Amino acid sequence: MKALSLRQLCKTYNNGVQALKGIDLDVEEGDFFALLGPNGAGKSTAIGIVSSLVNKSSGTVTVFGHSIDTDLEAAKSCLGVVPQEINFNQFEKISTILLNQAGFYGIPRPVARERMEYWLNQLQLWEKRETISRSLSGGMKRRLMIARALIHEPQLLILDEPTAGVDIEVRRSMWEFLRRINEQGTTIILTTHYLEEAENLCRHIAIIDEGRIIENDRMSTVLRKLQTETFVLNLRGPLRGTLSLPGYRVTAPDETTLEVEVNKDQNLNEIFGALSAVGGEVVSMRNKANRLEELFMRLVEGRDVGSGQPTAPPTAQADA
Amino acid sequence: MSTAPPSRTPGATPGSHAEVTLAANMRRARRVGFATIVIRESSRIMRIWGQTLVPPVITATLYFIIFGNLIGGRIGQMGGYTYLQYIAPGLIMMSVITNSYGNVVSSFFGAKFGRHIEELLVSPLPNWLIVLGYVAGGMLRGLLVGLIVTIIALFFTHLHVEHLFVVIAAVLLTSVVFALGGFVNAVFAKNFDQITFVPTFILTPMTYLGGVFYSIQMLPEWAQAVSKANPILYMVSAFRYGFLGQSDVDVGFSFAIMTLSVVVLFAACVWLMNKGTGTRE
Repeated sequence: MKALSLRQLCKTYNNGVQALKGIDLDVEEGDFFALLGPNGAGKSTAIGIVSSLVNKSSGTVTVFGHSIDTDLEAAKSCLGVVPQEINFNQFEKISTILLNQAGFYGIPRPVARERMEYWLNQLQLWEKRETISRSLSGGMKRRLMIARALIHEPQLLILDEPTAGVDIEVRRSMWEFLRRINEQGTTIILTTHYLEEAENLCRHIAIIDEGRIIENDRMSTVLRKLQTETFVLNLRGPLRGTLSLPGYRVTAPDETTLEVEVNKDQNLNEIFGALSAVGGEVVSMRNKANRLEELFMRLVEGRDVGSGQPTAPPTAQADA
Repeated sequence: MSTAPPSRTPGATPGSHAEVTLAANMRRARRVGFATIVIRESSRIMRIWGQTLVPPVITATLYFIIFGNLIGGRIGQMGGYTYLQYIAPGLIMMSVITNSYGNVVSSFFGAKFGRHIEELLVSPLPNWLIVLGYVAGGMLRGLLVGLIVTIIALFFTHLHVEHLFVVIAAVLLTSVVFALGGFVNAVFAKNFDQITFVPTFILTPMTYLGGVFYSIQMLPEWAQAVSKANPILYMVSAFRYGFLGQSDVDVGFSFAIMTLSVVVLFAACVWLMNKGTGTRE
């Protein structure tokens, strides 16, 4: 069953900005789905429409088979939303926020209390339950919003940049938590600017840019489309001669660092061999950017992802 | 697993047992949702009691001292009652009006401003129920303050009740009308100035000119005609009729206006919510 289905979804704001230009998107039940795009691409608008916070201009939205036009209450009851901005009453206690939210979903108080205890424990907030929410740290506020979105145990959880502004430790614990609830059956749609996060967590990905879906496939399939990767090599000392590496695009930010762009049909052994020939000793090596990040940048900047043809290096030290 | 409002499942054809069960669960979920809004609103009233309950008590006490005891003693009788007995129903009604209105406008606009209105908007509660929840909160504060002002009035004078049912019906309808009015104001308001504009420049003058402190019979004919265009006059008059058995206007007509106002304003509030005015982009 499809957890979410968008068909020809359009949104034009009153100021004339066309945020969505007829997007089609399907998210399967149980999936962990990444919706990526640069700022202003239309991600939050799409999420806003699905969660009834933004009016659509045209198109259809169904959540677990329930249309938001004809069966809105049922569609909403399947959905939990963690928005980008803090949107709870900052003068209320954590427990009050959760119990109220449960009530809005029709959950009787005794059941709501049990669920509150469960989710607050899961998100390490139980000890803070009587704390006024505005005094929580940024990471705690994010976790509170996740607990609030889960209090009615939705089948589909939408997270709009849930880890924005939280430290790496909290981020990683959130990843673990999200993985766990996804394994337990909750379908998750995630938008994030941390592409490492999307690559680690999600099985499917859609990239939205200027109101249109420009990529939509399995994560592994999308990553295979990346024809080149850039490696950063740190050398023990400067090279003793001129590096001869035909067919590779090499730049040298400084005399002990090389950046080498490697196509899919090339290999790293060739690079190490050429470096050895001029006395180069590699002490460490890393990807210049996360693979998804590299692909993302190429897609949204309109560069040709599939060609694999290197462009002229800014610093031509290689003998190409 | 979930006690949330159930979704219509593929087997739930209209009229089937499954459909009936789902409808019953939906009704129960709505009851819980409505009760949650009311509890949240009443908690808010009590949490900020220094802003919600104390000021009207002080204002009413001052009115009773100044207009009732000090000035009222020189005015003499009105319609066979002391001036204090005459204005007491108007002062009670004035506090009901301002507090029913003020509670909804500040609570709903505050929820918009703080964005926690989104908690309700993403929930499966229908818009008419959200409106009813806020109206119930406004009524609660209006009636609570009205009760407190009534008790204060009893320290200053004896309140004779001629028609109890009229008193109750008038105060209930009036609080609903102004709670709905506050909701409309909050929907359109974009900043805090806009939630104080209507109470300061429209509601207060209309209340003062709506026969709280005087009978419109004392006015010249043209002023009486103008006063009759003021809906608050009908509410105050109906309420006063319940206490004193005398009114400046026809009581039946007053109730017709109040009922019509409730229907029109409620429909407007639900329409605005469905349209997303002020709440959805």
